[in-house]
Amino acid sequence: MYTEKVMDHFQNPRNVGEIENASGTGTVGNAKCGDIMRIYLDIDKNQVIRDVKFKTFGCGAAVATSSMATEMVKGKTVQEAMEVTNKAVMEALDGLPPVKVHCSLLAEEAIHAALWDYAEKNGITIEGLEKPKSDISEHDEDEEY
Amino acid sequence: MVERKYIIPIAMLGIYYIIENVDEAFNFNTTERRITYMKQTIYLDNAATTRTRPEVVEVMIPYFTENYGNPSSVYEFSAPCKQAIAHTRETIAKSLGAKTNEIYFTAGGTESDNWAIKATAEAYASKGKHIITSKIEHHAVLHTCEYLEKRGFEVTYLDVDEYGTVKLDELKKAIRPDTILISIMFANNEIGTVEPIKEIGKIAGAHGILFHTDAVQAYGHIPINVDEYGIDMLSSSSHKLNGPKGVGFLYIRTGLKTRSFVHGGAQERKRRGGTENVPGIAGYGKAVEIAMASMEERAKKETELRDYLIERVISEVPYTRLNGHRTNRLSNNANFAFQFIEGESLLIMLDSNGICGSSGSACTSGSLDPSHVLLAIGLPHEIAHGSLRLTLSEENTKEEIDFVVEKIKEIVARLRSMSPLYEDFMKQTR
Repeated sequence: MYTEKVMDHFQNPRNVGEIENASGTGTVGNAKCGDIMRIYLDIDKNQVIRDVKFKTFGCGAAVATSSMATEMVKGKTVQEAMEVTNKAVMEALDGLPPVKVHCSLLAEEAIHAALWDYAEKNGITIEGLEKPKSDISEHDEDEEY
Repeated sequence: MVERKYIIPIAMLGIYYIIENVDEAFNFNTTERRITYMKQTIYLDNAATTRTRPEVVEVMIPYFTENYGNPSSVYEFSAPCKQAIAHTRETIAKSLGAKTNEIYFTAGGTESDNWAIKATAEAYASKGKHIITSKIEHHAVLHTCEYLEKRGFEVTYLDVDEYGTVKLDELKKAIRPDTILISIMFANNEIGTVEPIKEIGKIAGAHGILFHTDAVQAYGHIPINVDEYGIDMLSSSSHKLNGPKGVGFLYIRTGLKTRSFVHGGAQERKRRGGTENVPGIAGYGKAVEIAMASMEERAKKETELRDYLIERVISEVPYTRLNGHRTNRLSNNANFAFQFIEGESLLIMLDSNGICGSSGSACTSGSLDPSHVLLAIGLPHEIAHGSLRLTLSEENTKEEIDFVVEKIKEIVARLRSMSPLYEDFMKQTR
């Protein structure tokens, strides 16, 4: 059901953990839908993401997208990190099953939430960053049966 | 010069010698290493399906090879096929205390449930349009009821208690003058709870309401007598009792108004058209025969293993609960909820260790909602998401259970270490 890359990032997730006194943290999702992601960012004076850690409660795809997203933003400037979209994360993982696409949205949103927290703490604005929604969920329309 | 005919045996001895020594050299004395080395599968999903018994397969083969005739044909060549069907029908009827003409073969449990509910609704619509069922039924029942709701029927979905037992006083209260059918499962497929079928049968009978039970998980595992239990219709599926897939039956009590479910043939007393699945039905008969004869012994063995598994998991994995009743449950069913983790992750990691289990959460089947059964017994969403169902068979060993428990401990700890819910919980308790 999952690609090799998804399985690799699920079974050997990168950047799991916490950062104490992080420059920005963001938690998105809810337990009702079965996914919660938390991202910690350590950002230096030049607005470069020095370190990033995550914790995720969720399915294989949720863990894999968190892991991939953290890898993709590490070492980038906050502005560059804005280019790490859910689509980019999905592509880097060689795709996700349709029912798991929302996991990649959650990963993008978690990064944005952490960046928002950082921006608020430091009184700066990051171009293109909107106040994150804490809750991302997709509801399938039930087909008539 | 070695004679040709000796070459293969000698080569085989050589391979045997190598295997023996590899085994010794690496000292595969722990269960874990041996199982990993053998790439063995530990199958703990017998509620999903079971292994077809070799004896069953053996009985089926002639109906693919020599006896391939259509049972409806008049010639002598088809006689063994007719006999095979009659024989299975007798075996099943006898096992339930029913008559042979009350057993109708179907393609499985889902079809049987659909038939029982839709045909009853249609046949008794003039009497009333109200049906009572429970919130923890299989989707074969729930979705069929929802289908009927869209077509003018009213359905009451009964609540269950914390163990998943249907509340009898609620059932009594739900009965109306226009209630035509009560459909309650014999035992729940997820949490294994055995329902008070005898009492429900009595209540239905006293009110002159038909009683259907989905016995897919119970038939062949628990003794059932349709008269004693007051059952009017009963669904069963062959592959849940070591028979082949694609065959089931619906028991329909004599005297019930029954509509044809599949039109187009005189098979099954014109109620279910279509050429019979002769090999499947033949195998089903053998599976029932063995299941009935071995029931007591199997249940005893499975119960022992189940209790061992439950004891170990509950006492060795913190923040874990058993879903369903501790004792009033199917002999092979264990269902756990591990707090702070999500079921699918656990399943994939168990799978990479050769362990087949299933999640109460329907995540893997394409729905993101947690199990309706776990929500019905009152679990909050986040706990319902972290559930694991393990269903044993008599073929499982204590060694396997030990290996599984060790893996569960390892995996649950690992998933918790990366769970934000666990992080928050630990900070709060600190």
